[in-house]
Amino acid sequence: MLRIIGGKVYDPANNINGEIKDICISDGRIVSNVEGGRTIDATGMIVFPGGVDVHTHVAGAALNFARAMIPEDHRRSAPMVRTAHRRGGIGGSTPTTFVTGYLYAGMGWTTVNEAAVPILSARHTHEELRDTPIVDKTCCVLMANNEILLDLLEAGEIERARHVAAWQIWAAKAYGVKAVNPGGVAAWKWGKDAKGLFEPVPGYDKVTPAKIIAALADIVDGLGLPHPLHLHCNNLGAPGNYNTTLETMKVLEGNRAHLAHLQYHAYGGDDWFTMRSESAKIADAFNANKNLTTDAGAVLFGDTVTITADGPWQHLLYKLTGRKWGNLDVENETGCGIVPYTYKEKNLVNAVQWAVGLELLLLIDDPWRIYLTTDHPNGAAFWRYPEIIHLLMNADFRREQMKSLAPKALKRILLPELDREYTLSDIAIITSAGPARSLGLPHKGHLGIGADADVAIFNDTPDVQRMFSYPRYVIKGGEVVLEEGEIRNVVEGRGFVSRPSYDEKIEDYIRPLFQQYYTMSFDNYPVEMERLENPHIHSCKSDG
Amino acid sequence: MNATTLTLKESPTVPLEAECLSPDVIAPLRHDAIAALPVFLGKHQHRLDDFFAVEGDGGDEMVIRGDVGRVKWIGRGMTCGKITVVGHAGMHLGAYMKGGTIEVSGNAGDWVGAEMTGGTIHIHGDAGGQLGAAYRGSLAGMKGGIILVEGSAGMEIGMRMKRGILAVKGPVRDFAGLQMKGGSLFLLGGAELRTGAWMIRGTIVCGKPIPLLPTFSHACDYSPTFLRLYDRRLQERGFSLPHRLGEGDYRRYSGDSAVPGKGELLIWQPSAGVPR
Repeated sequence: MLRIIGGKVYDPANNINGEIKDICISDGRIVSNVEGGRTIDATGMIVFPGGVDVHTHVAGAALNFARAMIPEDHRRSAPMVRTAHRRGGIGGSTPTTFVTGYLYAGMGWTTVNEAAVPILSARHTHEELRDTPIVDKTCCVLMANNEILLDLLEAGEIERARHVAAWQIWAAKAYGVKAVNPGGVAAWKWGKDAKGLFEPVPGYDKVTPAKIIAALADIVDGLGLPHPLHLHCNNLGAPGNYNTTLETMKVLEGNRAHLAHLQYHAYGGDDWFTMRSESAKIADAFNANKNLTTDAGAVLFGDTVTITADGPWQHLLYKLTGRKWGNLDVENETGCGIVPYTYKEKNLVNAVQWAVGLELLLLIDDPWRIYLTTDHPNGAAFWRYPEIIHLLMNADFRREQMKSLAPKALKRILLPELDREYTLSDIAIITSAGPARSLGLPHKGHLGIGADADVAIFNDTPDVQRMFSYPRYVIKGGEVVLEEGEIRNVVEGRGFVSRPSYDEKIEDYIRPLFQQYYTMSFDNYPVEMERLENPHIHSCKSDG
Repeated sequence: MNATTLTLKESPTVPLEAECLSPDVIAPLRHDAIAALPVFLGKHQHRLDDFFAVEGDGGDEMVIRGDVGRVKWIGRGMTCGKITVVGHAGMHLGAYMKGGTIEVSGNAGDWVGAEMTGGTIHIHGDAGGQLGAAYRGSLAGMKGGIILVEGSAGMEIGMRMKRGILAVKGPVRDFAGLQMKGGSLFLLGGAELRTGAWMIRGTIVCGKPIPLLPTFSHACDYSPTFLRLYDRRLQERGFSLPHRLGEGDYRRYSGDSAVPGKGELLIWQPSAGVPR
């Protein structure tokens, strides 16, 4: 039992905006009152619901491949030394599993969504998520390049595709569905890409990226999954790609969808020399399409490593940088590319990317529909979120930072004209309340009665970057895990899984395909429930 | 001021990590503080005087005596001063070094001067592999400074080096100048296999014929004038190039076209009648 007194509470989901209010906690939940137990005096502090990361890459085969590829990053990262409460490890662009949990909790984040899980490596991903302490986890399974599904779409067997998708979600013990460069990664297996939304995917006659997107969005909504289709649009990173993004929004009309890392999909220009921001057009269209949510995928300058299932894009990035390149082929399901990368102020393209991330956050008028992410570790490591919060809350600081950009870049961006500054309540929405709502986690992202007792308490100081980097207290599931800037109590997180309904007979259809095309036998494919730490199953209500 | 002298009491059974052995650390300290500096044996922390007899009171010159072949990271990141090792030195000697001088009377281990940016390292005996190299994963090895080896050296010397001078009198092993990005590598005693593999830029000067990769192509035979400049500066340190007017010339190969790169390999060809 715990009572937090005297703190200024920001709980936008319950319309509480900086009121001094007591928060009571019992049995891991927020309650109306408690008798006895510990009291935390939060006078002079602000109280936030625990952060929720809607899009991050923290576990799985691709991330491990990246970890192995960047020893130079490990060397320059400060090691986290083992204490009585904590295991040792290292931070950097791809922190070790345990350190990932400590770092997220260490800045007041308590729920994360691992955004890209191939079913074939879902078991590995769950093992790593299990070793990512404190935070609660959800994950999205990759589907838009799955050959079984694409073949069904080619044959027009939508109903069967729906049962296969539902079976796959449960097989992966996933929470949501992710689509990465629909059709493009399948095409990459022939050394090609899918750049036109309405052109057939190489190897197919009828399947186009638009058809895949529409079908998956419809399947996800029809199955009643709590989180809408989580979509990484085609043509990520390419100059002029804003058209593809606008077309994608049209394709999605009538369905819910979450557009991942929108920053990477809002560029104008014809090539790298003429690249410019088209965030205004993207934001206008997005503002009008209330069926959509998005996350920023903001970029910060410095070294990082890019990891995505978008294999063809990563090959291009490798050719551009001349640095290291890792490429993974995940049989019939997807691919993956890894390229270490440095974002530089003086690089025109990077400067535009940096600005576009912030512009989208400032131009999209409803904070409930755009969330703070860096597409960790692609735009920057997640532990740099406080820097973005600082940029959002302080227009003068943004102007100061813009002075170090490549001078040419200033003509290609809108940021100098934007004066909007986020309030603390806005920050609570984009870091917690909004993403929790988009993920369909009603007990997360707020501090109302019955909510999970995930609370972050910060010193109320004008130096917001410092304030959000070093919470005073972090409470996860009612347990105080961080005090005085130190992890003092490591609790286990929970894994959220969706259970969509499907016809059991669908296995008779899938089984022979495994004998024919997969290296893994059908019986070994689905992830066992025991692999998950504290699973929490969400039973979906389908419309069919 | 007298140099601080550290004399090894007994060679440790496993390598001792002693990155405190740098003039930058020692210079401002008095005797007792030097004796208490931390060193690591495996995962256990010890005092410096558990392993070394310490004489002297700081200052930017230090002498290390005894077989410190199992002592790692001597002179790590040093910016000034001088370290003299009387005996053999261990791995990572002068790694990340920015300035100052290190002189070793005996042999040295692997990774001497790895990722250094300035200063001079002079090894009078043999050295190990990866001299002036990039640590695994890093984009660039040494970016400045000079490494001189009187004896032989091991594999992957000058790997991914970007600037600076690396000269070895004796023979070196495979992959000298691997993925080299710039700088000058002098292999006066020849090299084993795959010299200059994946090199992008930079110059490798070889005093003896070496086996060449098929991805290096012959450009011309000539005597580059810039080598005289190097010769003069290297002679001041007791190294001389086989560059004598009228005694031969250099055969220039460019590569590695597998990357493709614009590096150069200059191999000394004595004129007929001149003994090799």
